[in-house]
Amino acid sequence: MADKLHFSLVSPAKELFSGDVDHVIAPGTDGEFGVLVNHAPFMTTLRNGVVRVLEGDHVKMRIFVRGGFADVTPAGLTILAEEARVLEDVKLDEVQAEMEATLLKIQSLDKDSSERATLQAHFDYLESLKAALVH
Amino acid sequence: MPSLKDLKNRISSVKSTQKITKAMQMVAAAKLKRAQDSATAARPYAQRMASVLANLSASAGAGGPKLLTGTGSDQTHLVIVMTAERGLAGGFNSYTVKLAKQTISDLLAEGKTVKLVTIGKKGREQLARDYSNLFLAHVDLSGVKGGDYTESALAVGLGLTRRFDAGEFDVATLIYSQFKNVLSQVPVAQQLIPAAAPADAETVELSGSIYRYEPSESDILATLLPRYINTQILSAMLESAAGFYASQMTAMDNATRNAGDMIDRLSLQYNRARQAQITKELIEIISGAEAL
Repeated sequence: MADKLHFSLVSPAKELFSGDVDHVIAPGTDGEFGVLVNHAPFMTTLRNGVVRVLEGDHVKMRIFVRGGFADVTPAGLTILAEEARVLEDVKLDEVQAEMEATLLKIQSLDKDSSERATLQAHFDYLESLKAALVH
Repeated sequence: MPSLKDLKNRISSVKSTQKITKAMQMVAAAKLKRAQDSATAARPYAQRMASVLANLSASAGAGGPKLLTGTGSDQTHLVIVMTAERGLAGGFNSYTVKLAKQTISDLLAEGKTVKLVTIGKKGREQLARDYSNLFLAHVDLSGVKGGDYTESALAVGLGLTRRFDAGEFDVATLIYSQFKNVLSQVPVAQQLIPAAAPADAETVELSGSIYRYEPSESDILATLLPRYINTQILSAMLESAAGFYASQMTAMDNATRNAGDMIDRLSLQYNRARQAQITKELIEIISGAEAL
């Protein structure tokens, strides 16, 4: 198979995926989009959501990303995520516990502190992660 | 001439110092491994980010946001000095501070206004002597657990962009220690704002096709730039941490070896003194017997 798309997904912590795949579907801010090999150069920001890596018609891997960028070049697709987790490795009850802990922290803080905004963003992220898991 | 008891005490005190330095060396080695791993793991992201930025800024040209093009003036400089929270790491902190002092005095000599932000306790202590009037803020990293600097880097980055938007400075430079390898850490000064993609960042050959942006190019740049700055700060923090442990490991290795040499020397002295005393006692006994 010569016609494969080179796809890599990196987060600040590490490189989560790098390899050749058939098809990647990613959540762009302006809508979900799919990338096949030889896609036109294209760049977009991402919203919280699931990146699906497809091998043929079958979903090989699902990665949940929080924000970031997708960059399609002739060399392939690169996703730079703020934070990313492989969905198969995430446990629902852990997310639930983290959500509760975050919520408690948010309530203990002042209305307009900057930390609260960061925590709120984190909470939203967890919430959408949970939604993706339940699906 | 110290007495036998003094020598014995000194030997045992040096021995316990050696135990401590040895333990510190081993702890630093273990932490270095982890810090090095996370610094390496963070590298692909920073590199990709740099090449994306290089592509974007090449096509954005002069009309880009201020974070990219600058305010048009370079009167007020913000110098961010990143050092470790702790010492006992050879010249690690001092070299960075030395470069910082050099940079600051150069800027002051040119008549620029300099503001100072320190990250890490050691740098603040050393700079407070000469430049306490320039201090703007200090970031404490002692609360960071397990080498996860993501949140601290984010906080620093956000603070930086906020100050920039408020017009508090024109140019921001980050001074930190770059981790070359275990034996060498080089202090470097890196310009953060206006953000410039490193010259060696790979740009993609588009072979005539046109990039499409969604949403618009400027929107992407506006979200990308603050993140790029955060990423730079994060990778600087990770490199600095790895460098600190490497430097501490080397320093403690030297200290352990030095303590070993000292113990040898002291033992020799102790044994000589002991033998001299025995000889002296023998002479006393023999001459006492002869006198009878």
